Amino acid sequence: MSEVMEGSHGVAHAVKLCKPDVLAMYPITPSTHIPEGLAQLIADGKMDTKFITVESEFSAMSACVGVSAAGSRAFTATSSQGLLLMTEVVYAAAGMRLPIVTVIVNRTISAPINIWNDHQDTFAERDSGWLQIYCETNQEALDTTIQAYKIAEDAGVLLPVFVCMDGFVLSHTYEPLEVPEQNEVDAFLPPYTPKHAFLDPNKPITQGPFAYPKPYAAMRKELSDAIMNSKTVVKKVHNEFAEKFGRAYGDGIIEEYKSDKPTVIVAMGSVCGTIKEVVDERDDIGLVRIRCYRPFPKEELVKALEGKENIIVFEKDVALGMASGALYHEIKSILAGKNVRINNVVGGLGGIDTTKKNISNFVDRMKDQNDKIEFLRGDPNE
Amino acid sequence: MNEPENELLAPGHRTCAGCGPAIAIRQMLRATGKNVVICEATGCMEVTSTAYPETSWKVPWIHVLFENVSSVASGVKEALIKQGKDDVKVIALAGDGGMVDIGFRALSGAMERGHDVLFLCYDNEAYMNTGVQRSGATPFGAATTTSPAGTEIAGKQEWKKNVPFIAVAHGLKYVATASIAYPEDFQAKIKKALSIKGPKYLHVHCPCPVGWGCDGAKTIKYAKAAVETGLWALYEIEEGKLKLNTKPSELKPAEEYLRGQRRFKHLKEEDIKKIEKHAKQRFDHLLELENSEISLLKVL
Ligand SMILES: Cc1ncc(C[n+]2csc(CCOP(=O)(O)OP(=O)(O)O)c2C)c(N)n1
Ligand SMILES: [Mg+2]
Repeated sequence: MSEVMEGSHGVAHAVKLCKPDVLAMYPITPSTHIPEGLAQLIADGKMDTKFITVESEFSAMSACVGVSAAGSRAFTATSSQGLLLMTEVVYAAAGMRLPIVTVIVNRTISAPINIWNDHQDTFAERDSGWLQIYCETNQEALDTTIQAYKIAEDAGVLLPVFVCMDGFVLSHTYEPLEVPEQNEVDAFLPPYTPKHAFLDPNKPITQGPFAYPKPYAAMRKELSDAIMNSKTVVKKVHNEFAEKFGRAYGDGIIEEYKSDKPTVIVAMGSVCGTIKEVVDERDDIGLVRIRCYRPFPKEELVKALEGKENIIVFEKDVALGMASGALYHEIKSILAGKNVRINNVVGGLGGIDTTKKNISNFVDRMKDQNDKIEFLRGDPNE
Repeated sequence: MNEPENELLAPGHRTCAGCGPAIAIRQMLRATGKNVVICEATGCMEVTSTAYPETSWKVPWIHVLFENVSSVASGVKEALIKQGKDDVKVIALAGDGGMVDIGFRALSGAMERGHDVLFLCYDNEAYMNTGVQRSGATPFGAATTTSPAGTEIAGKQEWKKNVPFIAVAHGLKYVATASIAYPEDFQAKIKKALSIKGPKYLHVHCPCPVGWGCDGAKTIKYAKAAVETGLWALYEIEEGKLKLNTKPSELKPAEEYLRGQRRFKHLKEEDIKKIEKHAKQRFDHLLELENSEISLLKVL
């Protein structure tokens, strides 16, 4: 059924369809409409879920860990400072292999304080062991939220997942969204039965123990392997969803958009919509969109970028102390030794708009350059 | 009391000889029985009882971080309720640091929200796991590694933070203090607390021979002396009404208790007098409260 709704409410509806047992959420702009939407659904009796109105994001993620460890389905959402505040728990949740789904409505981080979109908040959690899937549209955010549970809870994964959607640009935008029927989602995502040991007096286990160096190192290696192996499940779940619901996002890992050109832009999130328009308007560039950023799609990108002459990495984060974005270095590292020019735009910081003109200008300026790094300042004609 | 083979905390954990918190936990588990989930904060007891792949816990147990045990417990409890397992009791267990300092926000939030959880602080009066640093629960005058006895400043200069009363201020129907020297009293309080629906707070005093610098063979003796001198008082606050559980006709002088511990070695005669006076005053106030009709809940 198609319904005009705000991106955040689309996510709230997706969460409802996934029937989580317990939510633990705390408000922060621009993710606030998600807990508000869910609270309303519960208050109206449309959702049989316990909402723990925690006193902080730190407790939101902590309660989710408790819920998941007890063998139930948990959900939370946050942004920016909220995510940074819960960081310590974020790492613990992955280390404990708990399949928690969290929607991050991406917002920049302090200081200075600013409520608008970029990806610095989730980039701060890059190495935490969580999967990170970046959405281009509200429909994708809705669909990916449903997929995320199936990925996280897969017996071969058992890892938490961040579904990332851009603040305001997506979260506060109204557009028609396809909301799947409950019975369709039930068939895709059956009622929850934990695939991991959980807290149960009939079968006592110890979770979150102390570990000496050797078992610790072994567990970190297992965690590293697990997140790498999860890529096949991300793809499988995406394909199954595409088959059932008729909507696909590239191959679930990356999306190649008219990328059979010598010059391509690599980017993530909603800005890809703008880039696609530029690609359509001029016939000399293509786009490779990264959807699944963690695990990093190394093989997929190497293949998609094979034989390219110029790559422009457009990203909404800055690796302070490296004078560039972080993704840029990752792309360079996987293409090391190849004969290709790689340039970097650090754009959209703190919510500055990225215009089609900006993108076109960058392409023209950088096409013949190598290792050029520019920071977008927010001038529409820049 | 249960037979040793029914102990729910298996031996072989790595606590020091005479560890007070280990005794507290054994006593606690004798009162809870098996139908319980223990959520524990980082601290001595977590580190010493779960060195992977071994564990001393024969009941389901979870540790996540230092400062979030009350939030973890609220998630565990709500999930169990959702699963229809309302009968499973949930305890949030933390040391004084994990409960009254760094975990204070989480504790306050969870108590205010009213989860059916027992919040249990085992108070050994400092951050022991990290080498005896001062906490909000460290008593006045005690030397710790961050409140050392120097030439100018002689140990901790503040009095012990009163978290049981802060718990009452959250509207809790049951709040109590306990001591490992009074196991029947402690266990009766756990049982009573667990029989009450909603949040409840219990604060059990337990010496740490290493941190306090006292004889590990005399842990219980020191725990008892703390109560007999009035430096620790045993009471219950039910529906806001305070009841003292031990009422020595006269408090013992604190000198012997204090002098037996390295952390108080530096105290001068006048410091000891000050501590004794403070204890007496507090005890008299507690008695007054007990004898009055005052319900602490009514001021909320
Ligand atoms: C966020 C954070 N800060 C500091 C620490 C280091 N730390 C671990 S246990 C501990 C003290 C624990 O004290 P308490 O709660 O009183 O328990 P005890 O060790 O005395 O049993 C500290 C400071 C930590 N693990 N996490
Ligand atoms: Mg302590």
